[in-house]
Amino acid sequence: MGILELHGLTKTFGGLTAVGDVNFNVEKDSISGLIGPNGAGKTTIFNLITGVYKVTSGKIIFDGKDITNKEPYLIAESGITRTFQNIRLFKKLTVYENVLTACHYNANYSIFDSVLRLPKFRKQEKKLTEQAAELIEIMGLESRKDLIANNLPYGLQRRLEIARALALMPKLLLLDEPAAGMNPDETEQLMKLISEIRKRFNLTILIIEHHMDLIMGICENIMVLNFGCKLAEGTPTDVQNDKSVIEAYLGVE
Amino acid sequence: MGNEYILGIFTLAGINLMTVLGLSLLTGFTGLFSFGHAGFMAIGGYATALMTLNFHWPFIPSLMVGGLAAALVSAVLGKVTLKLKGDYFCIATLGFGEAVRLILDNVQTFGGARGWPGIPHYTNFWNVLGINIVAIIILANLIHSRHGRNMIAVREEELASQIVGINVFKYKMISLVISAAYAGIAGGMMGHYMTFLQPKMFSLVKSTELTIIVIFGGLGSISGSVLGALVLTSLPEILRAFSSWRLVFYGLAVIFIMISRPEGLMGGYELTPSSMKRLYRNIVSKRSKAVHSAGGDK
Repeated sequence: MGILELHGLTKTFGGLTAVGDVNFNVEKDSISGLIGPNGAGKTTIFNLITGVYKVTSGKIIFDGKDITNKEPYLIAESGITRTFQNIRLFKKLTVYENVLTACHYNANYSIFDSVLRLPKFRKQEKKLTEQAAELIEIMGLESRKDLIANNLPYGLQRRLEIARALALMPKLLLLDEPAAGMNPDETEQLMKLISEIRKRFNLTILIIEHHMDLIMGICENIMVLNFGCKLAEGTPTDVQNDKSVIEAYLGVE
Repeated sequence: MGNEYILGIFTLAGINLMTVLGLSLLTGFTGLFSFGHAGFMAIGGYATALMTLNFHWPFIPSLMVGGLAAALVSAVLGKVTLKLKGDYFCIATLGFGEAVRLILDNVQTFGGARGWPGIPHYTNFWNVLGINIVAIIILANLIHSRHGRNMIAVREEELASQIVGINVFKYKMISLVISAAYAGIAGGMMGHYMTFLQPKMFSLVKSTELTIIVIFGGLGSISGSVLGALVLTSLPEILRAFSSWRLVFYGLAVIFIMISRPEGLMGGYELTPSSMKRLYRNIVSKRSKAVHSAGGDK
């Protein structure tokens, strides 16, 4: 029993099977990796888990509950959140506002509370601002908290996206190519950051990545996808020595 | 030019401003364009007149009924159209606005196309001012809360909003319903200012004018909307001396602002006491620098 279970997950676009009959378990508190050549269906799986795409057939079980085809915001509420391959920040807002907006989930004052500025509003709003400030500090964005998100350097935009995701206090964090466009130094830092936030926030993490050093370095369990189907699964060493995986990546002699 | 005349222009600007404030929430803060808000004004206008004329209610409660009527209709419209992506919602509101006007044109209960005369003259500068101040406070408080931040998030990036747990549909709906309520109240004020209602007053041109004011003032700025409503309502009056040329100047003014400041007059900034203080300090420090450099030249 994992925290996230995919049962026979399938997604077709017209005649194309983007994801075909994938079964996968993500263990609680683990860091798992999802790898495969371009177009293998990795991001599609993320989109299915987070409800962005509707599942054609199969089931997604999270924390014992069926979340198949639920609205994305409900899936987020149940404790899954993600980052995007092509960063999707609230671009025109500041770093602080980005994180503060995502913190909304931890307050429940109504529209009337906010219009009349009732005590409930003041109390919860104070809590939200403290929480946002704390997250920004943990993620090392404090000196840039009033910068417009779009003006941040690329690596920090990725960091901010993770900070925004953490504001929801998720149980499962999906990272879609977090190291894309980063140099080896930045990748190294990112690896440290991922291990750190896992410990600090008690997270289960699932990563899509092409940087093999990162994947092999921090993942405990890896699934390899090719043409929408599962090719192999196992520990980093298992996967590295798997014949079909080597074939898919390097071709056959 | 009498005092009466100036107050009249401000009253008209205030009535426009009421709708523009609502539209500012919908377009400027939630990112949904509407070309049908004259329709909500019409619904509010006729509902308010119905309450004061036929049920002899006092003015303010009647206005509330007008706002509520527009809000209810908008909830139905939203339920059907808010799932539409992007421009399609805008086109749906355009169709809605015209439909409301045509229905009122053809249903004879309220005088049809000939109009509905004899509405009591209840609206004056002071109650328009009061209602607008309350409306601005409500709007500002809403925007500076988690609900307002969620609306802005929807404007910025819909997919990411959903991923951080924001119910996009719900927040679009709230925004639409509040903006329609504001428009409904504005319609009620208009009817009781003109003492006359006619479907022609709520044509597509009116809806367009309202949206132009919001964009002219600056999307995502309440003070921009206030400024926009004041400038663009009084401009045709100020230019009255140029008779038939005045609408050309009106058009040129809008085009000039859109070219020189595409983000609108205020462009996402707000005029608050603290921001004015900051601006003043900037100007003063610049001037003192200028004086110093002039001194250096000598």
